[in-house]
Amino acid sequence: MTDTAITAPVVGRSLWGDAWARLKANKAAMFSLFYLIAMATVCIVGPFFVPHQYTTIYPDYVRTPPSISAYPKPEMIETAMNDAVRRMRVDVKEWRQEGERVFITVTSAKPLDERNIRYLDRSDTFDDAKLESTAADGLSAVMSASIKQQYFLFGTDNTGRDLLSRTLMAGRISLAIGLLAGIVAVVIGVVYGATAGFMGGKTDEVMMRIVDVLYSLPFIFFVIMLVVFFGRNFVLMFLAVGAVLWLDMARIVRGQALSIRRQEYVQAAEALGVRSRGIVQRHVIPNLLGPVVIYMTLLVPQVIILESFLSFLGLGVQEPMTSWGVLISVGAKNIGTANWLLLFPAFFLVSTLFALNFIGDGLRDALDPKDR
Amino acid sequence: MAGETILSVKDLRVRFRTLDGVVNAVKGINLHVDAGETVAVVGESGSGKSQTMMAAMSLLASNGEATGVVDYRGKNLLTLGKSELNKVRGRKISMIFQEPMTSLDPLYTIGNQLMEPIRRHRGLSGAEARAEALRLLELVKIPDPERRLKSYPHEMSGGQRQRVMIAMALANDPDILIADEPTTALDVTIQAQILMLLAELQRKLGMAIVFITHDLGIVRRFADRVYVMRYGEVVEEGKADELFANPHHDYTKMLLAAEPTGRKAAPPDNAPILLEGRNVEVEFKIGGGFLAGPPMLLKAVDRISVTLKRGQTIGIVGESGSGKSTLGRALLRLLPSEGVIRFANQDLSKADKSEMRPLRKELQLVFQDPFGSLSPRMTVGQIITEGLLVHEPSLSSKERDKRAVEALREVGLSPETRNRYPHEFSGGQRQRIAIARAMILKPKVVVLDEPTSALDRSVQKQIVELLRTLQADHDLSYLFISHDLAVVRAMSDYIIVMKQGKIVEEGPTEEIFGHPREAYTKTLMAAAIDETKFRQSA
Repeated sequence: MTDTAITAPVVGRSLWGDAWARLKANKAAMFSLFYLIAMATVCIVGPFFVPHQYTTIYPDYVRTPPSISAYPKPEMIETAMNDAVRRMRVDVKEWRQEGERVFITVTSAKPLDERNIRYLDRSDTFDDAKLESTAADGLSAVMSASIKQQYFLFGTDNTGRDLLSRTLMAGRISLAIGLLAGIVAVVIGVVYGATAGFMGGKTDEVMMRIVDVLYSLPFIFFVIMLVVFFGRNFVLMFLAVGAVLWLDMARIVRGQALSIRRQEYVQAAEALGVRSRGIVQRHVIPNLLGPVVIYMTLLVPQVIILESFLSFLGLGVQEPMTSWGVLISVGAKNIGTANWLLLFPAFFLVSTLFALNFIGDGLRDALDPKDR
Repeated sequence: MAGETILSVKDLRVRFRTLDGVVNAVKGINLHVDAGETVAVVGESGSGKSQTMMAAMSLLASNGEATGVVDYRGKNLLTLGKSELNKVRGRKISMIFQEPMTSLDPLYTIGNQLMEPIRRHRGLSGAEARAEALRLLELVKIPDPERRLKSYPHEMSGGQRQRVMIAMALANDPDILIADEPTTALDVTIQAQILMLLAELQRKLGMAIVFITHDLGIVRRFADRVYVMRYGEVVEEGKADELFANPHHDYTKMLLAAEPTGRKAAPPDNAPILLEGRNVEVEFKIGGGFLAGPPMLLKAVDRISVTLKRGQTIGIVGESGSGKSTLGRALLRLLPSEGVIRFANQDLSKADKSEMRPLRKELQLVFQDPFGSLSPRMTVGQIITEGLLVHEPSLSSKERDKRAVEALREVGLSPETRNRYPHEFSGGQRQRIAIARAMILKPKVVVLDEPTSALDRSVQKQIVELLRTLQADHDLSYLFISHDLAVVRAMSDYIIVMKQGKIVEEGPTEEIFGHPREAYTKTLMAAAIDETKFRQSA
């Protein structure tokens, strides 16, 4: 080699690149990954496009079953109309439907007040109410109103709120708690575990005994205590969940750090005189990341389940805010009369957990192909 | 001796489907085994020698497939159903593997593991199987077999475990015993004993042995016929004596010439002393703790004195557990030790981590395992320049890159590869990277801890050459730790023989090899250098 110019280096394929290639070959994991991305997008963006607010109550549509055609159904129009007319304290003489509008002839013993038509507008079924004509004596009149087309793809709940928008909102909360509490657990766990594992000796002993003590606290008792002292709120939720789940992470990371510390490349770095910080930065943490990423994908579903469990017990998020766990809890109570209240949120939760677990499995195989 | 042909392999091909496409591990080989003979399949790592036998026994990994014919007494093993296959596999053809540590189940006693296959295959009662197991242990010469039946694998040494493995393989009186590198993980003296045992058993029981190995020394002493494999093909076959006397293929010639040669001259007497250890002692605490009582003390290095001059290479020889690696690390102050250690007239005995840091530049270490000693997440460039970050922090990244290029050229690697990752290199290349990492700091003393043990013979020779060139160019001093006497002989001018933490014998290389005084040294030499056939000596 006589040339003095430094030849351009060939770019190597890192282990991460390899892992990504292996992951791409795993159909179940890739499908799950796309599914999860789609689910997250739908939950975040979806509520802006659903015509119903997740808090809006439709008294006319309590526990309506899901349907892909619009409400109201023909047989519901009469009920809704009768309800509205009854509030006007008048009687229906006759009514007919012409296309999108209904025409109602009402009679009354007292003279009719034309402001009465607002009762039609107030109904969830009708819109754009007009007084067409009034009889000369003022005791009967013809009113008309257009029928408001509403879609409840997932049906509505016990108080008449749209289940689709509620399920999507719940997804936001559940995924956010999963992600945030997951991150809380990973950050605390990695820092704590890596420190214990790398320091070793007495420090390690003391740190891991603290973890053991925390393990022995009953989790539910711990959460109830938190709720009693600080009241129920969203931040507390994932603090509580994260505070419990970092224990597993710390143990896993400590084990990894212990074994990495004994690797020859760490000894080689020590023989080069590299400081502890450099060793942790350049050798321990990059080699830890594989198991951490894997555990994180398995931790997120665990957090979502824990949150659901707490919400199911009534310790979780509060109305009108909701999460998949809350929805499922409500659905479970109405399983006989309105099974869609259980089916839709349960499908969302279960499929998301499935996807997360498949991704976790795929990552494990991709990052650790020797174990296959 | 040679009888009818009992196993013949015709046009065997083995393919593995991997992410990077199909890998052809075995590309259409033919070989045959006659009753009662010893056939050696020789090749370096990756030659497909093990996969050939794994394919013949239908033991390939799940992504592998085999085509061709493996004919055992008229049956094609590749197309047999599982139950038919099991009548042959493990009964008529049995295998022993390289790792006696992992081939035995740690949860069951030796007796259980021996008796179970006997009972299953032969339908014997418990007492009969026990008697049979005892007979087998006696056959493989395990001392005190009654007691050993109740032992667990971890209570036995590597050699004894390999004996148990052989006993298990012999349990059903096989026609063919396939031995896949059966002695590679063992010390030389144990290795000789195991080979002796195999030769004796073959004479007694008359089975054929297929011996898969990379070690030509063993083949020469052990085999009747030899197949030499490379890249999944048989490049040469023939009677062992003829093949060794008159090799035809270039590759065979190269393998035969791969034994490291040459001798190192001692440095001049007035060469300055660089590294010196006086009465170095290292103790390890085993067990003990809060409730376990006082720990047991193990003296890994027991009052050893070493003097290393500039330009000198001291070979430290010993079997596993003799404390030779511990001594090397203690001299570099990587382990706490007692005694006096001096480097260039500076007392290091009390130096702590930060005081040692500037000296780390001068005192370097190269490890045995080229796979474990390079961080898998860093590029080669990052790995070899890591030391510069510590010792020459003022260098810009461009200058570091330039130094990396120089260092890679010096160890004979192409500098374009510096952005690649370690797993993209072969074992020999990785060892070169590890050497480059040590050399980039321009050290004065390098401790080489079995740097060639994990490598193929031909690669070993290249690494030895490289180390020699580097020593001559930079006037380095080496502490060469190895159990491989051939390499030590070629590398060093002074030898220390260690056993159980103590020096057994020391002296200039030629004296130790020519006139060993101590019995232990003689055994070591005999096991490594002897060329008589095992069959004759058995």
